[in-house]
Amino acid sequence: MAYTVRVQRKKIHPYKFNMWVAIAAIVMMFGGLTSAYVVMHGQSRWVSFQLPHQFIFSTTIILLSSLTMALAVKSFRQHQMNRYKMLITITAALGVVFMISQFMGFRFLYAHGVNLTFNVSASLLFIITGLHMLHVLGGVIALLVMFFRAFRSRVRSYDPVPVEVAATYWHFVDILWIYLFGFFIWMR
Amino acid sequence: MSSEVYTGQAQRAAVAAVAVHDGDGHAHHHHQSFITKYIFSQDHKVISKQFLITGMIWAIIGGFFSVIFRLQLGFPDKSFPFLETIFGHWAAGGHISPELYYQLVTMHGTIMIFFVLTAGLSGTFSNFLIPLQLGARDMASPFLNMLSYWFFFAASIIMLISLFLKTGPSEAGWTAYPPLSALHEASEGSKTGMDLWLISMAVFVVSQLLAGLNYISTILNMRTKGMSMTRMPLTIWALFFTAVLGVLSFPVLLSGFILLLFDRNLGTSFYLSDIYIAGHALPNQGGSPILYEHLFWFLGHPEVYIVMLPGMGITSELLATHSRKPIFGYLAMVGSLFAIASLSFLVWAHHMFVSGMNPFLGAFFVLFTLLIAVPSSVKVFNWLATLWKGNIQYTVPALFAIGFVSLFISGGLTGIWLGNSALDLHLHDTYFVIAHFHLVMGIAAFFGMFAGVYHWFPKMFGRFMNNTLGYIHFWVTFIGAYLMFWPMHYEGLAGMPRRYYEYSADALAIYHRFQGLNEFISVVAIIVFAVQLMFVFNFFYSIFKGRPVKDPNPWKANTLEWTTPIHVGHGNWPGEIPEVHRWAYDYSKNGIDFIPQTVPVSPAEEEVGETVKTPQ
Repeated sequence: MAYTVRVQRKKIHPYKFNMWVAIAAIVMMFGGLTSAYVVMHGQSRWVSFQLPHQFIFSTTIILLSSLTMALAVKSFRQHQMNRYKMLITITAALGVVFMISQFMGFRFLYAHGVNLTFNVSASLLFIITGLHMLHVLGGVIALLVMFFRAFRSRVRSYDPVPVEVAATYWHFVDILWIYLFGFFIWMR
Repeated sequence: MSSEVYTGQAQRAAVAAVAVHDGDGHAHHHHQSFITKYIFSQDHKVISKQFLITGMIWAIIGGFFSVIFRLQLGFPDKSFPFLETIFGHWAAGGHISPELYYQLVTMHGTIMIFFVLTAGLSGTFSNFLIPLQLGARDMASPFLNMLSYWFFFAASIIMLISLFLKTGPSEAGWTAYPPLSALHEASEGSKTGMDLWLISMAVFVVSQLLAGLNYISTILNMRTKGMSMTRMPLTIWALFFTAVLGVLSFPVLLSGFILLLFDRNLGTSFYLSDIYIAGHALPNQGGSPILYEHLFWFLGHPEVYIVMLPGMGITSELLATHSRKPIFGYLAMVGSLFAIASLSFLVWAHHMFVSGMNPFLGAFFVLFTLLIAVPSSVKVFNWLATLWKGNIQYTVPALFAIGFVSLFISGGLTGIWLGNSALDLHLHDTYFVIAHFHLVMGIAAFFGMFAGVYHWFPKMFGRFMNNTLGYIHFWVTFIGAYLMFWPMHYEGLAGMPRRYYEYSADALAIYHRFQGLNEFISVVAIIVFAVQLMFVFNFFYSIFKGRPVKDPNPWKANTLEWTTPIHVGHGNWPGEIPEVHRWAYDYSKNGIDFIPQTVPVSPAEEEVGETVKTPQ
């Protein structure tokens, strides 16, 4: 090759790429767990139960939080820092509300006798939903870190990469819950 | 990233202060103390050495365990008082107890497969080679990279603690099948030892995910100008697929472990059902141990390739370099790596032919398992064709690479036997399996690791390892490997079961005739282990006292790591990152011994290339 085309391809930022690979790994973990769910569901001793209605509320909340997250990224890109700070605060708060709502769902199940050791069906539901909550918690912590960073006035950073990486994760966790909820309804 | 400019002088050992200007306009100044330079270092080369040395320490422990249980297998009637000195009441009277035997076997497997041949092998060479061979200053995220080592370190410490528990470490086998692993009552090792094993492995999985993440993103995003994917050395391709396998399969193992932890400690019944202990029924209902086996082997089989692929990449690179010939069939090598990596996700249940799984399902897994023979044979053919009529330099790394090919063939052929479910019914859980996987992924992967260490030691430490000790190391290990594992094929064909503490029972009388063979294997194992200690001595002695490297490119290799100074500083290249103009395998081209990747393609070369391409 005597001639080389010297066009610098617009490459994806390594941190964003890292996030996508991490998402693939998380997908595999939940894939493993939902496969286990499918396998155990086929067995004769599977006992199905009513899903708590709180999960519907949670779903609404997490969808709403995805919207606020998207708006936060938009205001960050437009350098509207005050709006951005407000929106990530709301997003993090909605994340907390989501977790509380999920927890209320657990309490509802416990109140109806569906506890961790009730049946494999319940154990799997608690573990899968619980692990998802842990991932939401991770997102909330990331948002809090970014919130405090935005208040550090000494260094003003308009680098959108961290915000965009966090947003990707947040939307992923949202979609993951939609998938899991749909899965639970479908595979009862 | 191309706008990076390095100022400051690359002095002998390290760059004292490097100002990095990246696209965002930040400037970092590195004033490194001992701690940031050698302990909490974010430099990929230091992290690589940390992985290597931690792996070596584990390899000594894991190897020592195998010597101890080989003593039991070879000399079940003899008493070794020194064992009582080491293990106390676990080896009362100089005989190791059955409990200790199972703990040693379990820990040997866990340590060797996960801590040595996963973390120690791909951790070392991915960290060392990816930035150096691709022309990058460091990993995509040096901080995550550092974290990956320290998670591995934490996993190591937890596992080490479990060795010193009053009830001992896990003894459920490296596969940790329930119910043995799920019930505290099952054995001494299934008490705290098993919990620590699971926690350690969970931390280990996190370490591997962080590491794999970084390797993938560095390979895809941080290549220097001109380093297209098809110009990457095969080491990088192999390490890339290794990382992909790790990132996609370890999370599934983690989910299996989480369920097991719940079963053990919180009363769930994922893997347990209808179990009686001392006449009392356990409350657990509705679980299935086969679920665990599926989740485990969904990782477990790709894990075999996580162990194998780095050795394959290192071998490909070294055979070309040391036989002064271009690698034969570069794209076929990449394609076969891809095929092996993809197929490895579709064969896991060939470990479960006798688990009570649906036999019709087994047929599917037999088919895909046997298909793996195709890309594996492509690789072997290409390695042999690379050596064919080459100007082979019989250096120590070259010998280990050739040894890798030999062991891979010998161990791989028996894989075709075991992949057939009909044959597996007989051979499952016998010494045949032990012989198969030790040759094909145990010793072979170790050979890949040794080859890599001998080859890149001059780049890592600026000195050579001692050659004479290297040759002794190779020949004793190579011959010893065959002497140890070849006889096990016969034992296995005769049906001798693995994992047994002794064969003295009358029902096992048929295996008494192997007593002499077992003794022989044990003696060879002790000799081979001693030679590994010699390698360790050679390694550490050479770091400080080895022959210093004078030529920056001692093996006359083409890849980018040899364009760096002999003592590589932080940032790898003192000036600009070199640009790449060709693939890594231009050896003996047009009568020139080697043409590094940084040399532009001359018009004359282009003509030669064109004439080759024109059809006859």
